[in-house]
Amino acid sequence: MAFRDGPFENIKVPLAWTAAVVVVVAVIGAIVLLLGDRATPEGGSSMGAARGGFEAAAGPVGGVFAAPVRWAGAARDYVGGYFFAIGENRRLKAEIVELRGWRDEAIAQKNINGRYEALLGLRTEPAVAMATGRAISDARGPFNRAKLLDVGSAKGVRIGNPVISEHGLVGRISGVTSGVSRMVLLTDVASRTPVMIERTDARAMLTGDGGDSPRLEFIRGVGSIQAGDRVLSSGDGGGLPRGLPVGVAAKGIDGAWRVKLFSDHGAVDYVRVLLFQSFGQLVSPDALNAPPLAGLTTAPEPNAAEVGAIRDAAARRLTAQQAQSERARAANAAAAAAATPAATPPTATRPAATTPRPAAVTPPPAPVATAPAPTAAPGGAA
Amino acid sequence: MRRPVAVRVVGPLQWIIYPALITLAATVVLGTPFHLFGLHLPEPVIPMVLAFAWPLIRPSMTAPAVLFLVGLFLDLFWNGPLGLWPLCLMAVYGAVLLSRNLLAGHEGLIRFFAYAACTLSAFAMAYLIVTVRVTNAPAILPLIGQIVPTLLLFPIANWMLERFDDGDIRFR
Repeated sequence: MAFRDGPFENIKVPLAWTAAVVVVVAVIGAIVLLLGDRATPEGGSSMGAARGGFEAAAGPVGGVFAAPVRWAGAARDYVGGYFFAIGENRRLKAEIVELRGWRDEAIAQKNINGRYEALLGLRTEPAVAMATGRAISDARGPFNRAKLLDVGSAKGVRIGNPVISEHGLVGRISGVTSGVSRMVLLTDVASRTPVMIERTDARAMLTGDGGDSPRLEFIRGVGSIQAGDRVLSSGDGGGLPRGLPVGVAAKGIDGAWRVKLFSDHGAVDYVRVLLFQSFGQLVSPDALNAPPLAGLTTAPEPNAAEVGAIRDAAARRLTAQQAQSERARAANAAAAAAATPAATPPTATRPAATTPRPAAVTPPPAPVATAPAPTAAPGGAA
Repeated sequence: MRRPVAVRVVGPLQWIIYPALITLAATVVLGTPFHLFGLHLPEPVIPMVLAFAWPLIRPSMTAPAVLFLVGLFLDLFWNGPLGLWPLCLMAVYGAVLLSRNLLAGHEGLIRFFAYAACTLSAFAMAYLIVTVRVTNAPAILPLIGQIVPTLLLFPIANWMLERFDDGDIRFR
């Protein structure tokens, strides 16, 4: 019997029901994806393979759209260079005059700094290699602030590498393929960057919120920040080099301290990826997380000879302390007697030094009244 | 002799696949890093139009499946948490599907209010999910900066409804 001849021949499921079933399945799938997509300790994603595959395909497409924009910008700069040449020339001359003074000072400071480093034997950080790239795609929403760059692991880029523009720190690499990498900006809602205030050396955490000016949180110290202070990367945690320029502190309309980013001064088009490896790889996390006094609980019990030595040492220490306090008391009494000459002649306050003192303890010849009985060693090692 | 009548079939290719591809292309174009006088290109959630219009045009099994893939594309392209926009778009699709009988036949302002309610709900859901995930609330101003362009896309959703609703004579 064919199916169409059977009892289900006239059953017709409403279209809305079938659509609803697909919706329910899709919602479950989306929730599973959301729960499965976790951040890795390096700053990447647990779904890095899927993201990498997509970005490898999206990179060239984004490059096609970004190229005309770049050409138009270059043409605008070219034409603008002619129109504003005189004003630009004047501005640059004034800037050169100002910078000459800074140059001389920088040379002198570099010389002094080199001598200090040589004197102190400082191990300065080596120069960090860089890879230059271009932004080819941009996400600017409240939930994501990221860019696709046209440099990847073929040029040595790794997850976690910091990215700078000509103005300052821009973000960090969160995903990488051979030719394309994903950069999460400082303004991303998931971005956390350890920074310091240059003037006071106070530490803080730069926290993105999807806006143009990220917040400063956990600022250490009272009055350690004021409007206009320069903010630099602190290098705490080893994820970033110390001293990368980030921005200028400013009070937000919500009363929170925020940072006007240097990288916001112009389009983030050309960027440099610092091929900087996090200090975190130098130490074992297990060794860092181990309890510091774990060895005490695993030390072997002392044997009889060690118990005797411990008790003897404790007894000697106690005896020496008592002798010291006795000497101090005798000296005080002598000083009091000298201040009152009419008083009766000093009597022999010193007890007969008949009690044998421990041989190892050789304090100055001071009286010891009685030898105390040996006590248990501190810690109860008996 | 009767002349044959040319039957114009509006199939899934016309009202699902082509709009979905146009949506993806527009998202990629608006992702171009264009910066002029301190201004960027807007970044609306263009698939919101599809999530609102498709269940009103006709219930279908293909449409939610394609919408799921489009949402996945948004997450991958914008580097969002995977599943964020599929979930939010599916919530809109499901809500409109449930209230289809209520919304059918309405036009103009009421339809816009329905679209606005769907958009705001989807953004509220995305805001909550992101806040819980990263334990940090996104700023409100950039949120408004994405909601407003998305709301401004309503004429496209309206046009799709006018164009494709009741467009397939086989469903009359």
